[in-house]
Amino acid sequence: MSAFEAAAGRGHLDRAGRDGEDGGLWSKRIVVGYGFWIFLLSDIIMFSAFFAAYAVLVGATAGGPSGRELFHLRNVGLETVCLLLSSFTCGLASVGARAHRGSWFYGAMAATGTLGAAFLFIEVREFAGMIAQGAGPTQSAFLSAFFTLVGCHGLHVTVGLLWLLTMMAQVFAKGYRADILRRVLCFGLFWHTLDIIWVAIFTVVYLMGAGQ
Amino acid sequence: MSYSDQERESPYAESAPGYEQESGEAVASYLIGLGLAALLTIVSFFIAGTTLVWGPSIPVALVVLAIAQMGVHLVFFLNITTGPDNVNNVMALAFGVLIVLLLLAGSLWIMANLNHNMMPMNQIMQMQR
Repeated sequence: MSAFEAAAGRGHLDRAGRDGEDGGLWSKRIVVGYGFWIFLLSDIIMFSAFFAAYAVLVGATAGGPSGRELFHLRNVGLETVCLLLSSFTCGLASVGARAHRGSWFYGAMAATGTLGAAFLFIEVREFAGMIAQGAGPTQSAFLSAFFTLVGCHGLHVTVGLLWLLTMMAQVFAKGYRADILRRVLCFGLFWHTLDIIWVAIFTVVYLMGAGQ
Repeated sequence: MSYSDQERESPYAESAPGYEQESGEAVASYLIGLGLAALLTIVSFFIAGTTLVWGPSIPVALVVLAIAQMGVHLVFFLNITTGPDNVNNVMALAFGVLIVLLLLAGSLWIMANLNHNMMPMNQIMQMQR
């Protein structure tokens, strides 16, 4: 059933008389998911602007070090493992929340948070190491673009960690209410999207940069 | 009126992105996604460092692998499907992809053109003296 058919009134039987309750044609969960999906797409478009800047400036090293000298693929591999596993455990957490299984939800959320924190730790260590060897964001246009792009993703992960703790606290305090579950859904979408952006980063920045 | 009263069972209530019917089914889907994504990641890291394939083909292979992995994430983790209730999400995604492609291709094209047409920097410096 498309939105148009629903708007034309052909979907009324499927919705089992939900119109009067929240005023919408679709269940609130679908509308919330759709709205948050639009936000995530706008976030992806913002990242694509940073990617374009990075791709344009990747050769502008101004006599400083290039990616080939700076990137350690072992670190990047570890970060990738952390983020991919955390994406998986985040999926498990959303399943646990829907099944109202406390131990499952809290355990998976804690695992997600730990893996996300490990990712951030490795990334911060990498940044600190680069700045210590004189390859900070002020060194060259290439490094400015690098720190903006990868740092922005790191910032998103930091915000995601705070959100994760908030969701655990809210489920703990308020239980598996429908509105809380919708927030858990949005958090899951956010976290999975961060992993998608990381796929682009490790491919375009690290693997291509180290292989140049 | 509490929120739980509002959320009565309906055939579409469980099928927003990120939602599926059965717990077991959902976990299986996440496991398949994890396996495929791990496989694609391993191949990416292997290809980046190998000398077994023709050098200039490596970036192309990496981009293809990355796009494939994004597809895996979208289908198995974000649960973007071809189902009727997902039409809006797919349309939004298609529009997002269009904008991303325009932004990336447009920026690279214009900047490459400017680079090509610009006088070398040392000549500009000499003219300013």
